[in-house]
Formats: sequence, structure tokens, C-alpha cells
Amino acid sequence: MATAVPTLGRGAAIGIRSVSKHYGGFAALSDVSLHIEPGEFMTFLGPSGSGKTTTLNLIAGFTDISGGHLDVGGKSVVGVPAHKRNIGVVFQHYALFPHMTVGGNVAYPLSLRRVPAAERTERVKRALEMVKMTDFAHRYPSELSGGQQQRVALARAIVFDPPLLLMDEPLGALDKKLREWLQLEIKRIHRELGTTFVYVTHDQEEALVLSDRIAVFNGGRVEQIGTGRQLYDEPATLFVGRFIGDSTVLRGAARSDGTGTALTIAGETVVTDKRLSGGGVPVMLIRPEKLRLQRRSATGAGDGLNRLAGRISEVIYLGSGSKYEVELADGSTAIVRSPLGDESFAIGDPVDLLFSPADAKLLADDRSADTTLT
Amino acid sequence: MSGSDASTPARSDANPDRGSPRSGGSAGRAALFREGWLLVLPALVVLCAVMAYPLASIAVRSISQPEWGLQNYAWFFGTPVNLTVLQRTFTISAWVTVVCVLCAYPYAYVMTVVGPTLRVVLILCVMVPFWVSGVVRTLSWVLLLQDSGAINSALRGLGLPPVRLIRTQTGVVIGMAQVLLPFMILPMYSVMKGIDLRLVQAARSLGARPSRAFFSVYLPLSLPGVYAGAIIVFILALGFYITPALLGGPRSTMLSTLVQTQVLSLLQWGRGGAMGVVLLVATLVLLALAAPLMRQRHKKTGAR
Repeated sequence: MATAVPTLGRGAAIGIRSVSKHYGGFAALSDVSLHIEPGEFMTFLGPSGSGKTTTLNLIAGFTDISGGHLDVGGKSVVGVPAHKRNIGVVFQHYALFPHMTVGGNVAYPLSLRRVPAAERTERVKRALEMVKMTDFAHRYPSELSGGQQQRVALARAIVFDPPLLLMDEPLGALDKKLREWLQLEIKRIHRELGTTFVYVTHDQEEALVLSDRIAVFNGGRVEQIGTGRQLYDEPATLFVGRFIGDSTVLRGAARSDGTGTALTIAGETVVTDKRLSGGGVPVMLIRPEKLRLQRRSATGAGDGLNRLAGRISEVIYLGSGSKYEVELADGSTAIVRSPLGDESFAIGDPVDLLFSPADAKLLADDRSADTTLT
Repeated sequence: MSGSDASTPARSDANPDRGSPRSGGSAGRAALFREGWLLVLPALVVLCAVMAYPLASIAVRSISQPEWGLQNYAWFFGTPVNLTVLQRTFTISAWVTVVCVLCAYPYAYVMTVVGPTLRVVLILCVMVPFWVSGVVRTLSWVLLLQDSGAINSALRGLGLPPVRLIRTQTGVVIGMAQVLLPFMILPMYSVMKGIDLRLVQAARSLGARPSRAFFSVYLPLSLPGVYAGAIIVFILALGFYITPALLGGPRSTMLSTLVQTQVLSLLQWGRGGAMGVVLLVATLVLLALAAPLMRQRHKKTGAR
């Protein structure tokens, strides 16, 4: 594949500083700042209406920013029309031209750039090779499956060697198996091209599989930027903690002192060594693999651990282990993941939920973006 | 009454087959065909009665009146004025088609992008001409186009020289284009509303400036609607009678006027019939020439 890497290391950096976007009185984005490194795979993750696609459209030039600064490759692109930005875009709806063949679609950006015919043929061939669609060059898009169409769209978006590729939920319309396979293909292509990729999705698993870093969007703001691991282990907000991976959120009467915080939930008290530095009502967030289940009758092994009484309400067999839902005394639900070989439980079993004070994250029970942990 | 009596047993026979249309082989399809045939029967009867029979009778008259032979066709092609009028009929129809395409294209496009309320208003504006009698509409064009009419008064008011519109080909084209515009707009609209505007956005992202994105993506995808509308308008224009008769002068006579003169004024049914047949054959030839063009477009847009 040595011939297929003509642009290695040629990714563009993106600088977004205090960018906002208003539609009439509605703020689709407010004060978003983030920096994307050259060649980085950055994912914008968030629920629909969180501003992630709006940000992508601003970078692509489909809409103008209402305020702030937007740089691509070190140059401001504010006011530059979409066709002059030289950015590849892959859409969820493929957007292949139905009146052109696969080859014609992929050649389109090259003919716009007046690339000579011989070179054009060569580059179309190379782009189709990269997405493994060489045999389909003479077909029309209507003759292809969704996955094949998206691969052609990807070839069309990279054939002109853009330093930046934007992908707006490109796998959203495909089934799970195909999606997982194409995720790996996209990762491979990113590695081979060295182009900066910005990927929009609402699927946190997809974001974790693909990305170098993830920006979590919510309500027109960026809640947190970090690697998947950082977001999972150290969520900055309750929203991020709940959006990335499974989690159990404990709410109760809170009491903080010099050594930490205690929550009293339906008569039982759990503690953590953390304190909330900002304002807000503290809640605890615990990842499912940090929780342990124990039969209610059993004693001991709880020294220094928090203990909450509950009852198994759902058992999900995962192959590599089991996932339990446990109904707690206050009516809330805890999610526990136990590895293969651990004691197994049935629905209705009374259990104790154990976790170390160090494994509980303390977060503010609201959606403010500037809450930090001590 | 007797028609429905006849169809009822046939339909109840077909019902068991229709219960499993996918599994059924030729039996189900035959039943479906029988039913479909019954459904088109009334239209077919009317069509035969009001179209096929008169058409055949005209064709027969053209070779049998006043006596059997091709003398009516010999007369048609041997009289220079007839050929001039035939050619003019095609020229005027072509101009009407061009004017309609140019006016209808942006109108139909706007219909696809405006909100639902404005779209209803725009559709109503298209449909209103259908609800007004053709004669009344043409007479209102007389008021607008005549030498002392609204257009020339306005031009004089602006200090511009008057233009001669009434009893010219220009006047005929304007009047006919207005009458035929809905037949162009509606097929265009139905094709354009199926075009995904995000394709244009995709073209922009690939480096196409707006005009290039239009000509390379939107226009080709809208062409089936343009062809469909153009063929309808062109063929309707070929047979137009009232508008050219009222708005035109001696130098803008169309074939239908000549037919009328031959048949009603001179009682030359044979000659009138020959003219009708010539116009029909010329139209069919033109359609045959246009057909491959349309077929190819359909394949390319992937309507399969």
C-alpha cells in the first residue's frame, strides 16, 4: 500500500475560539472553543440538537458563524464559501450524484480542479482501491447497497487530498455489523492518509472505537474534551459521565467535611474522599465494573467499603460476563458488571452493593459546564 | 347498471387469488390483469368513441373526398402557403415551449423551496388559468397587447417607443405561453420536489461554485421534468386555435386556422383531414425522435 499514502502527515489543524451560532433568537452554539491537532481523529459526540452537527457545518462552510474565530490550517475561514475551503465532507445520506456512475462521482472533485484526464483516472482508481470499490466504477449509485454507497462517498471526499475530512454520522443509516466493519475501515483509512478527521456521532461506542479525542456536546456547548479513557474515568460533568458508558448515579442527603462527602440514601450512608469545589448538589457516579455484588446473608469482606442494600431487577448475559440491574432502597437503579466466574444471581435476589470510596466520582447534580472535581 | 352487473361476478372470482398475490403464479396475475382490464374499460370506450373513431373518419375522408386518391395530400404539399403555415406552426410552438421552459423553471424551483403556505398560493396561481375560459383569457391579452393597450400605454408613460404586439407572432407566443404554462410547471415541479437539495451542498463541499453545482448536479436531475413538460406544451401548442386566431394576424396563422377555413368555410373535408393527418404524423415523428433522449435520462437517474 506504499502508493496509497501521498498525503501522509498533511492534516490541517482546526482552531475554534469562542464560536457561537444563532438562528433568530435560538442559540444553536454558544461560546464553543476547541483545538484539533493536525492528523488527529476528533469525534463530536452528543445527543441530537446538542450542536455537534452545527459545528461541523460551520467548519464545512455550509453556514456562517455568528461570532468568534474559526481557523483551518492556521488561516481564518470566516466568510470563505464552502467550495473554496478544500474540505472533504461525508454525509449520513451519502449524497452521491444519482446521474453519475461511481467513477464519475469520484472524478467530480478532480474535474472541478481541472486535473488532467490521465492523472484523474489514476487518482480515481487509487481512491476506489482505498475503499475497496474498484470493481464498481461503472455502476450507478442506485445499484449499490448503503454501505457500498458510503464507501464511494468516502472515496469522493478523499480523492482530492483535502487536509481535513468531515464526517456527519456517516454510518447512521447502516446496520450494526456493517457499521462495526466500516468503523475499522475508516480507522485504517485515517491511519493511511494522515488527514485530520472530524467525525460526528451520537453513538458513544462508535466514538470510543474511532477517536483520538472526543468532544462531548450538550445544549450547544462543549462539556468536555478528552480521550475516551479520560472521559470515562474522569468525567467533568454528570452529563458526560452518564453519556459515556454505563453508570450508577446515587442521590441523597449530602454532608461534606474536611475529609470528604457523605450521602445518606434511604437510611444508609455512603462516603467518598472527594468534595465538590463548585456549587451544586453533590451526587455520586460509579462505573459498573467498580461495583460488586454480595448475597445479603453473607457477612464480612466489606471493610472500608460502602454498602447499599438492593434487589436484582434484571440480569443480562453478555458472554464475557453478566450485567445486573439492581433496584436500590430509594427506588433508583444501579448497574453492575461482573466478570465471568463471579457468583451469579437471579432476578429477585436480595443483594448488597459494595464499592470503594475512592471509586465514586463526586459530581454536581446539574448540567452546568464549569463544575470541576477536587 | 349492466356494466356493474357484469363486473361483479368477475371481481368475486378474482378475490381468492388476490388474497395471495405474491405466491400466485400465472393464475393470480391473470386475475389481476382481468381486474385491471375492467378498470380501464370505461376510459377505453370513451377514448374509442371520441378519439379513435373521428380520427379514423378524418383519415378516411382525407383520401376519399371528394374522390378516392391522394389528391388532398398532393394539394397540401403542392401549395406553398400550406408549407409556410406548417413550418410556422412548428416554429411558434417551439418558441412557446422555450418561453414556457424559461418561465416555468425558476417558478417550479421556488415552489420546491418555499414553506407550505406559500406553496399553496403558488399552486393556486398556476391553477387559476385553468378555471378561466380560454376565450376570456385570450381577450384579456388583447386588451393588454393591443396598440392602445396597457403595455403600450405603460411604455408611452415611460417615454419609450410603442411595440407592436397584437397581430404579430410575438403576441401569439406570449398569449399561448401564458395559457400553456401550467402544463410546463406541474411536471417540472413534480420532478424537482424529488431532487435532494443536499446533493447541491455536497457538490459545493467538493469544490463546485454555486453556478457549477447547479449546472452539473441540479439541472441534469431536473431534466426529466423539463422534457416531460416541453413535450406536453409543444404538442398542445401545435393544435392551438383560439389564441392564434384572436391574437395573431395574417402573418401568424397556424395550421388549425387553415383547417378551420377549409372545413367550415369551404366545406373541403378532405383537405382539412389531410392537414390534420400531416400534423399528427409530424408530431408522432417528433415524439419518436425525443423518446430515446428521455429513456436514457431515466436510466441515468436510476429510477429503477
